[in-house]
Amino acid sequence: MVGAGGIGCELLKTLALSGFQDIHIIDMDTIEVSNLNRQFLFRQSHVGQSKAKVARDAVLKFRPHINIKSYHANVKDPDFNVEFFKQFNVVLNGLDNLDARRHVNRLCLAADVPLVESGTTGFLGQVTVHVKGRTECYECQPKPAPKTYPVCTITSTPSKFVHCIVWAKDLLFTKLFGDKNQENDLNIRSSDGASSSENVVDVFERKEDEDVEQYGRRIFDHVFGYNIELALSNEETWKNRNRPKPIYSKDVLSDELAHQNGSVNKNLATDDGSLVSAMASLGMKNPQDIWSLSENSRIFFETLRLFFTNRGKEIGNLSFDKDDQLAVEFVTAAANIRAASFGIPLHSLFEAKGIAGNIVHAVATTNAIIAGLIVIEAIKVLKSDIKSYRMTYCLEHPSRKMLLMPVEPFEPNKSCYVCSETPLSLEINTHHSKLKDFVEKIVKAKLGMNFPIIMQGSALLYEVGDDLDEDMVANYAANLEKVLAELPSPVTSGTVLTVEDLQQEFTCNINIKHRKEFDEEKEPDGMLLSGWTQPPSALEKEDKSISNGASTSDTPIAATEAEKDEIGIVSAAKKRRLSDIVDSELSNAADEARNRNQLQVIDDEDDLVMLEGNSDGYKKKRLQ
Amino acid sequence: MDGEELTEQETALYDRQIRVWGADAQRRLSKAHVLVYGMKGTVAEFCKNIVLAGVGSLTLVDDRVATEEALSSNFLIPLDENVYNGKTLAELCCDSLKDFNPMVRVSVEKGDLLSFGVDFFNKFDVVVVSCCSLAAKKMANDRCRKLSKRVAFYTVDCRDSCGEIFVDLQDYRYSKKKLEETIECQLQYPSFEEAVSVPWRALPRKTSKLYFAMRVIENYEEAEGRNPGEVLIADLPGVLKLKKELCTAQSVNESHVPDNLLERLITNTTEFPPVCAIIGGILGQEVIKAISGKGDPLKNFFFFDALDGKGIIEDISDPNAGK
Ligand SMILES: [Zn+2]
Repeated sequence: MVGAGGIGCELLKTLALSGFQDIHIIDMDTIEVSNLNRQFLFRQSHVGQSKAKVARDAVLKFRPHINIKSYHANVKDPDFNVEFFKQFNVVLNGLDNLDARRHVNRLCLAADVPLVESGTTGFLGQVTVHVKGRTECYECQPKPAPKTYPVCTITSTPSKFVHCIVWAKDLLFTKLFGDKNQENDLNIRSSDGASSSENVVDVFERKEDEDVEQYGRRIFDHVFGYNIELALSNEETWKNRNRPKPIYSKDVLSDELAHQNGSVNKNLATDDGSLVSAMASLGMKNPQDIWSLSENSRIFFETLRLFFTNRGKEIGNLSFDKDDQLAVEFVTAAANIRAASFGIPLHSLFEAKGIAGNIVHAVATTNAIIAGLIVIEAIKVLKSDIKSYRMTYCLEHPSRKMLLMPVEPFEPNKSCYVCSETPLSLEINTHHSKLKDFVEKIVKAKLGMNFPIIMQGSALLYEVGDDLDEDMVANYAANLEKVLAELPSPVTSGTVLTVEDLQQEFTCNINIKHRKEFDEEKEPDGMLLSGWTQPPSALEKEDKSISNGASTSDTPIAATEAEKDEIGIVSAAKKRRLSDIVDSELSNAADEARNRNQLQVIDDEDDLVMLEGNSDGYKKKRLQ
Repeated sequence: MDGEELTEQETALYDRQIRVWGADAQRRLSKAHVLVYGMKGTVAEFCKNIVLAGVGSLTLVDDRVATEEALSSNFLIPLDENVYNGKTLAELCCDSLKDFNPMVRVSVEKGDLLSFGVDFFNKFDVVVVSCCSLAAKKMANDRCRKLSKRVAFYTVDCRDSCGEIFVDLQDYRYSKKKLEETIECQLQYPSFEEAVSVPWRALPRKTSKLYFAMRVIENYEEAEGRNPGEVLIADLPGVLKLKKELCTAQSVNESHVPDNLLERLITNTTEFPPVCAIIGGILGQEVIKAISGKGDPLKNFFFFDALDGKGIIEDISDPNAGK
C-alpha cells in the first residue's frame, strides 16, 4: 500500500477484515487535525505522528495476528527500488499527487507487479487496474497540465479572487517573509523607468530600528497605493478594463482605529492564541466571515507585527503553508485588500485558505467506498481473473441508474512512452537551449524522472548520484551550462538522446529536432515535446506564468502540496467549477475516458450501451 | 442560517467536509439524532461514517451477545474473547465509536425492534434497521410514518457479496444546485410495505434481479419463522419452490430471479468486508444528504453486487401513487 491517508486508512481496515495477512504500507506524512474527520484510525493524541505507523497499530488492535509493516518514508526514496516492489503480489495506491503516482506506475511496470490506482474528491472517486501488457498503464493517457496564470494577470490585471490569492501568496508573502534572493515579479510590471529595481527592493527591507507598525504602513502604501498608481499611469492597460483604486493606510485606518488596534494587542498579549493568530489577538472568531476592507487592513498590520515580533527568526526562510494560521491570515487579508482595489468580491478566510492551500474536498464515505472497490480489484488480481478487472467510477449523480459504474479496462496505448518504449521527439533550439533547460523542463518536469542519466550513444552527458567522483561532478556541472550544440558530444538535429532513471528502471529515447523560433506565448518553455500527446497548457498570453501552489518543476517531491486522498474528478461540470481551486494533479481517468469518443459500459444484457463525450454529463446512446 | 455558529474546534476538525457540503449542512448534522438497529459489519461501517461526519447523537440497539461470526466483518470490536465476553454487540461498538469523535454522543438502548413504540422513534431524525424480519421492517417504518415530524427510514442488508439499501424519506423537499441556480425539488417515497407490494409485472424489465431475490429470501424467512439471516444452503429447495410460487402469483417469468443468484445469497450468509464498506459508505452519504437537505437522495432502493461491480438505483414505487 502506498499512502495511509483518507483512502489508506479505509483500505488498510478493509484489507485486514478481508483476510489479507501480509501488508506493507508506506507514507511520508504525519497526522494533522484536519485529517481526523475521515482518517478514522487516527485520534487527536496522534497528531504529529507517522500516519503509516499509527494506522498499522490501530488495525493490529482489531486484527492482531496479521503482519503489517509500516514505513514512514517517501515512496520516491531510493530504498523503494524495483527489487523492493518485486516482493509484492499487488501494489495498491492511495496517493494524492501526480508525481508519486507516475513514479509508482514506473516501478510497478519495471517490477511487473499489478497496480490498483485510486483517487477521490468530494463525492467522486475512481479505481483503476494497471497490469503490464494487459491494460493501459497510469501514464498511457496524458494528465492535464497544472493550472497556471499569466504573470501579468497576477501582477497587474487580476480579474478573479484566485489571482489576488496567487499574488498575495507567491509574490507578496514570499517577498516579505521568504527567500530574499528568489526572483520575484512583484514590481516588474511598470513602464515607469523611475522605479529601477534596486530602489524597489529596498522598499521591502525593514530599516534598522524602524517601528514595525511604521514598516507595515510603508509596505501597505507601497503595494496597495503606490504600485496601483504606477500601474494606472500605463493608460494602454486600462482601455478595456476597470481601473483599480489605490488604497492607502490612512484611508482604511482612522487614527482612532489604529490606536485601538494597538491597545487591543496589549490587552491580549498574555493569550496564547494571540501569539500565533491575528484573528485571536483582534478578537475575530469566525473564519467563515467576510471581513470589511478595514478589518482586512487591521489583520494585515497585525499579521506583520506578529511575524516580526514573535517569529522574527523565521523571516527570510518562510514559505507559505496552509496549516500556518498566521500565514493564511496574512494572505487572506492581502488578497482581499487587492481584491477591493480591483473591484473583485472579497472572500472569507475559510475560502481563501482553500484556494491558497489547494485544499481538496474530502469526505469519509467516498474513501470507504473506493477502498472497498480497491479490495475487490485486488482480490481479482490475486486470482489472476483478468477478464473481470474493472475500472470503477463512483459518481455523485447516477448515470444509467448507476452510482457505481464499472468499465472494462483499456488496452495499453501503443504510443505511450512509458509502457511501450515509443521514442519521443523534441523540437528545441540547440544553439540557445542549455542542457540545464533540457534537464529541468523536459526530463524532470515532463518525464517525471528523479535520478536521470542522459546519454548520447555511449557518451554520458549528465547523471546524478552519490557515488560520483569530484571530476565527474564538475564535468556534469559544466555540461549543464552549455548549449546543446556545444556539448562534448554535440546534440543537433537528428541526434537521439537516451534518458534513463535508474531508480524507476525506466528509459526513453528522444529524437532531437533543431528549431530556431518558438512562440513565446504558446511555447513558453522554448521547446516542444511530442510523440505522446500532452494537452495544451492553460497558458494564455504571457511569456511566463505562475501556478497556484508549488509547481511540480520547482518541487520534484510534491507530496507536500495537497491532501492525501484526492485526485480524479468524474464530472466535467464539477471540474470546471473546481478548476480554479484544485491543482491539476487531478488525474482524471473518467474525463479521459469520456474524451475518447466512446466508452463501453459493462452490461449484462445483450444490448451494448455507449457513452458519448459530453461536457454536461453522460449522454446515452443505445446501439442495436 | 439556523443560528448557532460552529465552534472553532468543529471548524478545524470538519474543515475538509465543510468544503464539500458547507457550514449550514454541518450545523444540521450536529443537531441530528440517529438510531441504528442491528450491529453487523455494514452497520458498523455506516456508524463510523456518520460519527466522523459529526452527527449530534447516535443510538445503538443490538442485544445479541458478541460471537466470532458476528464480528468477522466488524472492525469496531477486537477479536478477543476477553474483551467481548458477555457484552452485547451494541455495547462493544459503542465503546469504539465514542473514541472516533468525542463531539458525537454515542449511546446504547436495549430492546427488540418490535417492542419500541411510536414515542421511542420520535427521539430520532434518522432510523436505520438491519438484520431484522420483514414484519419488523414494516412495523418500524410504519411507526416512523405515524409521527408528525419526518423521520428518514432506511433498511440495509448484505449477503454474500451483495448489498441492498431501502430508503423512505416520505414527502421530501430539498434543494440542489444546477449550474448557478439553486432549484427546489420534491420527491414522494412509498413506505417499505407499499414498495414491496408493487406488482412485479409493473416493474421495468431491467429491474435489478437482486431486488426479486432479496424479496424471495425475506418471504421465505417470514413463512418459515426463521431469524433474519438464518436461511442457509440446506433451504435451497424450499427457497426455489417459493420463488416459483411467487413468480407464478406475480405472473413474471422465472428468469427474473435466477436460481444461481438465490443459491449464492444463501450459501454464504456472512458479510463480505469490501461490500460492507461500499454499502456502509453509500448509506452514510444518503443519510448525510437527507439530514442536510442537499443533493439528490436515492429513491428508493440501491443494490451492489461485487460480481459485476455495478451499484444500481431502482425506483420501486407504484407509478400511479400520488396522482
Ligand atoms: Zn502506458
